[in-house]
Amino acid sequence: MKRKLFSLSGIVGLYTAVILSIGFLIFFVISIIVKGSSVISWEFITTAPRLGMTEGGIWPALVGTFWLSFLAVIISVPIGVFSAVYLFSYAKSTKWVSFVKICVNTLAGVPSIIYGLFGMALFVNMMGFEVSLLSGALTLAVLALPIVINASFEALSSVSPDFMQAAYALGATKRQSILRVLIPTAMPNILTSVILVTGRVAGETAPIMFTAVAFYNRQLPKSLMDEVMALPYHIFALMTEGTHSAKQVPIAYGSALVLLLLVLSISSTALILRYRLRKKRQW
Amino acid sequence: MVKIRTSNLNLHFGDNHVLRDVNMEIQEKKVTAIIGPSGCGKSTLLRTFNRMNDFVDKLKISGTIMVGDKDIYQDKMDLSRLRAKVGMVFQKPNPFPKTIFKNVAFGLEVQGKHSKCEVFSIVEESLRAAWLWDEVKDRLHSPAMALSGGQQQRLCIARALANCPEVLLLDEPTSALDPQSTAKIEELCLALKDRVSILIVTHNIAQAGRISDYTAFMYLGELVEFGETEKVFTVPKDKRTEAYLTGVFG
Ligand SMILES: Nc1ncnc2c1ncn2[C@@H]1O[C@H](COP(=O)(O)OP(=O)(O)O)[C@@H](O)[C@H]1O
Ligand SMILES: [Mg+2]
Repeated sequence: MKRKLFSLSGIVGLYTAVILSIGFLIFFVISIIVKGSSVISWEFITTAPRLGMTEGGIWPALVGTFWLSFLAVIISVPIGVFSAVYLFSYAKSTKWVSFVKICVNTLAGVPSIIYGLFGMALFVNMMGFEVSLLSGALTLAVLALPIVINASFEALSSVSPDFMQAAYALGATKRQSILRVLIPTAMPNILTSVILVTGRVAGETAPIMFTAVAFYNRQLPKSLMDEVMALPYHIFALMTEGTHSAKQVPIAYGSALVLLLLVLSISSTALILRYRLRKKRQW
Repeated sequence: MVKIRTSNLNLHFGDNHVLRDVNMEIQEKKVTAIIGPSGCGKSTLLRTFNRMNDFVDKLKISGTIMVGDKDIYQDKMDLSRLRAKVGMVFQKPNPFPKTIFKNVAFGLEVQGKHSKCEVFSIVEESLRAAWLWDEVKDRLHSPAMALSGGQQQRLCIARALANCPEVLLLDEPTSALDPQSTAKIEELCLALKDRVSILIVTHNIAQAGRISDYTAFMYLGELVEFGETEKVFTVPKDKRTEAYLTGVFG
């Protein structure tokens, strides 16, 4: 009897936990939709803010976020994938590999504001790139790097060693086996994590705060050295520094909704892609 | 004609003395079966012939192995060339997650010595030789993973044949297959005798009896008995061979 009661209360506890987390998510999404959807329109998406950001849209912020994320991914993915390939296939000593992996994991756990400060010190000041698209993208790339390395390493480890054996046994050199078999086989998984990283990078505020963004800039970036607007920072700025909150808070929620939809669609692309590729080549 | 000759071959993995003084002469264009209980070093012996043991740390190897007139453990040995000339098929079918065509063309493409047209005709010829052409000719560009297990294993054979090997090493190639696919691969081995020397590891004594001209019996890293299959099976010289063949162990 006591035991039954105990297991019953356990089940109730589990359900409560699940319902709480789902409920939280639903509440959160709905409240953003309710508060944000009223301002969203084609014009909101495609025009620049006007009148001290009390009117107009988010186009420059959208474009800025696109360029920041795109560049950060373009920079971090090759470096990350090649680091993972080195760690997985070339690094000889296991001590060295685990040391590097500890470093990478530590880096992955560093709060993003620290990346912001680091980016400011290194790219903005020391290297003299100033507050610019370039500095922001580089800072985001550094943030993305450990994630890409870890995900790629996982992807490479999940490739069955049988394939490498087969490649060697057919006369392929180590380099050929890696380039023609290991990396292509791991590619679906690498690609999925690259897309997820894109979503993560697109939503970051702290790393670009001191390195890339302008509070208010109606111009689209013309070069890597321009300041840009970015969606997450736009929301932050509207909520904290706005002086006309009655007009600006709805715009902030509208931007939040756009950002949320953007990140969700990026993640679901990754999921669909993973599903498709898995189905196409099973092993 | 002798195709492979080992002299005083000893192999250690660390402290594990895996091959002990192996001396054997493998005849050209014959099927040689290697039998013996699990863990006795059959796979290891096979993998010395295309130097696939080189990947194991703490490998120590002494003695010589001649393939044709080449000492394959000399320093200057071109491993890519060796592995093209001494093909290998594994226990578990392991086609690449690529198309059927790309699987067979893989060896040629890494060599990079053939024109597109040559590659195509070699691929076709290899698939024919592995008795797979008719089953796959209409879907050369679909994934190899969609083939059945038996077809995948024949694809692996075709893939090895595309390199125009002189020797084909088969490590328990049928142990993951159903009886029908097994029979097909056995017949295929017999048919391939004209073009390559075949070495097949098997734990299936009947299979060795069916397809091999010569049989080697290994026990605890030693080559206990080696001779014509008929003689080994009917009048084994060593008591351990007899015990193994009659099913006392293994
Ligand atoms: N990669 C390896 N590293 C270390 N030891 C190995 C390796 N492969 C095989 N061995 C050892 O070598 C011995 C022979 O193994 P193997 O040649 O696979 O036997 P068989 O194929 O006859 O079953 C076994 O004791 C096994 O543990
Ligand atoms: Mg074995």
